[in-house]
Amino acid sequence: MKRRNSLLIVGALGLGAGVTLPCTTTAQSTARPAASPARLDHRELAADQQVIHVLNRLAFGARPGDVQKIRALGVDKWIDQQLHPEQIDDQSIEAFLNHYDILREDQGQLLQEYAVAQRDRRLVKRQAGDTTQGPGGVSREDSMAFQQIQLKRRQVGGQLQSSRVARAVISNRQLDEVMTDFWLNHFNIFIQKGPPEAYYLTEYERDVIRPHALGKFRDLLEAVAKSPAMLFYLDNARSMVDSTRPRLASIDRNQRFGPLGGQLRRVDPGQAQQIRQRLNQLQNGGLNENYGRELLELHTLGVDGGYTQKDVINVARALTGWTIKPPAQGGGFIFRPQMHDAGEKIVLGHKLAAGRGIEDGEDVLDIVSRHPSTAHFISEKLVRHFVSDNPPKALVDQAAAVFMKTDGDIREVVRTIVTSNEFFSQQAYRSKVKSPFEVVVSAMRAMGAQPDSTPRTAQVIAFLGEPIYGHQAPNGYPDTGDAWMNAGAILNRINFGMSVAANRIPGARINEVPGLDTLLSASRAKQVDAVVSLMLGGSVSPDTRAVLMSGENPLLASGAPAPAPAAPEMAAQPPNNEMMQQAQGAQNARNAQNRRLQQGPSPQRPQGNPLAGRNGAVPQLNGIAQVVGLALGSPEFQRH
Amino acid sequence: MQRRAFVKSGALALVTIGLSPSFLRRTAFGAQMMQAPKGKTLICLFQRGAADALNIVVPHGDKSYYGLRPTIAIPRPSGLSGTISRDAAIDLDGFFGLHPSLAPFKPLYDRGLLAPVHAVGSPSTTRSHFDAQDYMETGTPDVKGTPDGWLNRYLAVKGTCDECKITPFRAVALTQQTPRIMEGANEVVAMNSLDEFTVRATGSQVDRLEALYRTGSADLVHGTGTEMFEAVRMLKAANPQKYLPRNGAEYPRSQFGQRLLQIAQLIKADVGLEIAFADVGGWDTHVNQGSTNGQLAGRLDDFAQSIAALVTDLGDKMGDVVILTMSEFGRMARENGNGGTDHGHAGALFVIGGDVKGGKVHGKWPGLEQDQLYEGRDLALTTDFRSVFSEVTARHLGATKLDKIFPGFNAPSSGWLGLV
Repeated sequence: MKRRNSLLIVGALGLGAGVTLPCTTTAQSTARPAASPARLDHRELAADQQVIHVLNRLAFGARPGDVQKIRALGVDKWIDQQLHPEQIDDQSIEAFLNHYDILREDQGQLLQEYAVAQRDRRLVKRQAGDTTQGPGGVSREDSMAFQQIQLKRRQVGGQLQSSRVARAVISNRQLDEVMTDFWLNHFNIFIQKGPPEAYYLTEYERDVIRPHALGKFRDLLEAVAKSPAMLFYLDNARSMVDSTRPRLASIDRNQRFGPLGGQLRRVDPGQAQQIRQRLNQLQNGGLNENYGRELLELHTLGVDGGYTQKDVINVARALTGWTIKPPAQGGGFIFRPQMHDAGEKIVLGHKLAAGRGIEDGEDVLDIVSRHPSTAHFISEKLVRHFVSDNPPKALVDQAAAVFMKTDGDIREVVRTIVTSNEFFSQQAYRSKVKSPFEVVVSAMRAMGAQPDSTPRTAQVIAFLGEPIYGHQAPNGYPDTGDAWMNAGAILNRINFGMSVAANRIPGARINEVPGLDTLLSASRAKQVDAVVSLMLGGSVSPDTRAVLMSGENPLLASGAPAPAPAAPEMAAQPPNNEMMQQAQGAQNARNAQNRRLQQGPSPQRPQGNPLAGRNGAVPQLNGIAQVVGLALGSPEFQRH
Repeated sequence: MQRRAFVKSGALALVTIGLSPSFLRRTAFGAQMMQAPKGKTLICLFQRGAADALNIVVPHGDKSYYGLRPTIAIPRPSGLSGTISRDAAIDLDGFFGLHPSLAPFKPLYDRGLLAPVHAVGSPSTTRSHFDAQDYMETGTPDVKGTPDGWLNRYLAVKGTCDECKITPFRAVALTQQTPRIMEGANEVVAMNSLDEFTVRATGSQVDRLEALYRTGSADLVHGTGTEMFEAVRMLKAANPQKYLPRNGAEYPRSQFGQRLLQIAQLIKADVGLEIAFADVGGWDTHVNQGSTNGQLAGRLDDFAQSIAALVTDLGDKMGDVVILTMSEFGRMARENGNGGTDHGHAGALFVIGGDVKGGKVHGKWPGLEQDQLYEGRDLALTTDFRSVFSEVTARHLGATKLDKIFPGFNAPSSGWLGLV
């Protein structure tokens, strides 16, 4: 922090040398205090800037032709369309999603297969009186079958990540994708929490987040609260009544019970003893406050939202019994009265009477979703996301008022924010630093790229620091620029730009970009104009333009015709097919990440750099590829 | 030192592509001479997966140990003192011994450079890798959602000293992504390897890219980018890769060994490294972990040979270096039905360095009898990991304000083990 400040000061002094630039005002906004309460009375941005701005913030950047389309339609009409994604035709992404065969399978079924296979395998090994001499007792066929199931589990994760990128790259429902990204980050889940999480996440994204992304906050909150993904991630599935408190229903030890259900009958005596031990632990209680705390702190009221530790405990008590069916039964939400605390609770001043069951938790969701602190907290996060790292207070208040008035209608809150004068202010324009996801997706869109059905592009995003479903802590990725900016991050972003220009990223070919494909032998100035318009919002500072201009176009000098498209370096791995082999190969990095948690990085094999080409050769760029590489690596491209 | 020369050569490069150096802003680094602090370095090494402490620092003198582990226990050291056998524990003090794969540690122990700490770990009851690693890296057991890692908070606390500001390589993780332990507001660098910390472009393209960041507005992105080009240039000039292992040090070819080699190179290149981090996996030995040979022994071979090579290589510089190892928790006292061990509670770690009061196994031993075990199954905890981390950061690095580094941990320094 300290150092950052000194840097800004020294930098600013240096600037005194006489270079003053148009973008200085917007770019410095991150260092300013929040705007004064006096509200703007008009949209400061010119019409064309408004078009670029909505594409930057309500979409993941412009694809070739997007600017013209919105200009023709009108910015406000386009916003209104985007607020009703169900009315936007999205055939192309729907068709593309057919590539993700494993996501289309029944995840409960897959989880069940996994859990049963794992249990049987353990059982066989135990019965074989396993020794230290190697894999005893398991037949080759069983081992192979288990490996297949393991592989499939990893592919679920790979396809989930890949499909998130693909949707963001080509879906017409861009605001819906932005909101999905926002909520998945708000209600963060870590895919490596444990083996079942990947299966749970498929359903989480599809059935919990997406249907409510622009719906009612209360509905979204309940869907999350009942999702196995969240119940597992924040441990509510294990939370149960403390032994000192009344239990809603008694435990029948012979019945299937909790996550251990049905196991006792199938295991050897040694393991049965362990399970009984855990059963005893469960019976002796164990309130787990984890979800209760994060529900208040991160999902609704916010850390300063006015709740106490007592509220945390009582929320956790109210939610006891909200758990998951055993994986061997496919998972799924279940309320278990045996785990529920039947005592009276007081939550944020509301009394929950004794002796009730699942209603306790539902009442808590009513209370917290309609709390004024929640309206403020959610509105502030949305304003930070859409408008500025320093959310203008007046706009936050207005959005929060809409939240309260509409009973948490997310669509109306977002509409309020993205049609506000603050949204269309000079201070907001191109002031947000892109996240790695936004960097990669906006580059792909600018290139008019085809989506990548392999996990490769998602791995690039992970390499840039934002693995999808890979944030360990429940607070999600940061939404301010300072968090994404460090020397290593910029280095990787620059190298990413080079890789795109060198055709090293699937789906994007420099010679096929609409609007650039005709300029391969044009003058440098024409090339620069086209690239600036496509990738840098149509305008750059004179300095940046001077740098972009500082190179020759060898094709221009010789007057040669456009060359045959350079052989893509990815030729050995064409996108959209050979899913199986690719997923297998490309899963290596994913596996390495899995191992990092379970066991740490691979002891022997170095992890690959997804930006290095074959043999790690440095790309030799000239002509339009050079301009594109510079543009994508430029400071201007890091903002939107 | 050579810092100004770097900046100057950068400026010249810009002229060659037709841009006037009058565009150039001075940077934070450029404004000062590069002066690598001749300070202390802390190297943190994370054994991910929960290393089996009882077979690493072996309590061969505890009468319960061999009963708990009928097939995987490490046999008692042979009676003859001074003999090291591949088939038995290496005795340290008549009660504890090292796994035979840790033979490279024995001379360090004898020289007083290496201090094992036993029955140390997190007070949290969790047996989840996910949670426990999170707690050990944030330094806040049972508090999820702590935004930063404790090493990053250390940087903040110490952040006021002048010499800390001027090197981009003050805190370096040899990992693909910034590890949780280093996450936070202070600048850290994570890299897979030293040779990957480079702009992957040809010379003139690199110059153009740098010009894009050196000109234009003086904002966060431009500033950070300018810093990055400085850092890359600084690393190139320091050329750490030229420092070959000394004193006959032989690093294993493993990823872990090679990463420790690179940490040694950064130290020798005087780039101002204060905090280094690397991690190593393969410790989650539920099945067939082996005894004196086998899976765990293999991991320990790599672990010990890598660390011993680092110590040998750094030679006298170890006077300013402390290596601190850690793992999220220990494993069950009793072996399981698969010749392995399941997740447990307290574990063991090593503190190694010239400052270290080694030659002694630190920490109170809780015993392995049934009623001494935590929840009847695991090694009990007698030392909170934060006590060890606090002592090392305070005594070795001179950290103050430990309550900022380990919020919520109020144990007094009188309870420190006397490791450093």
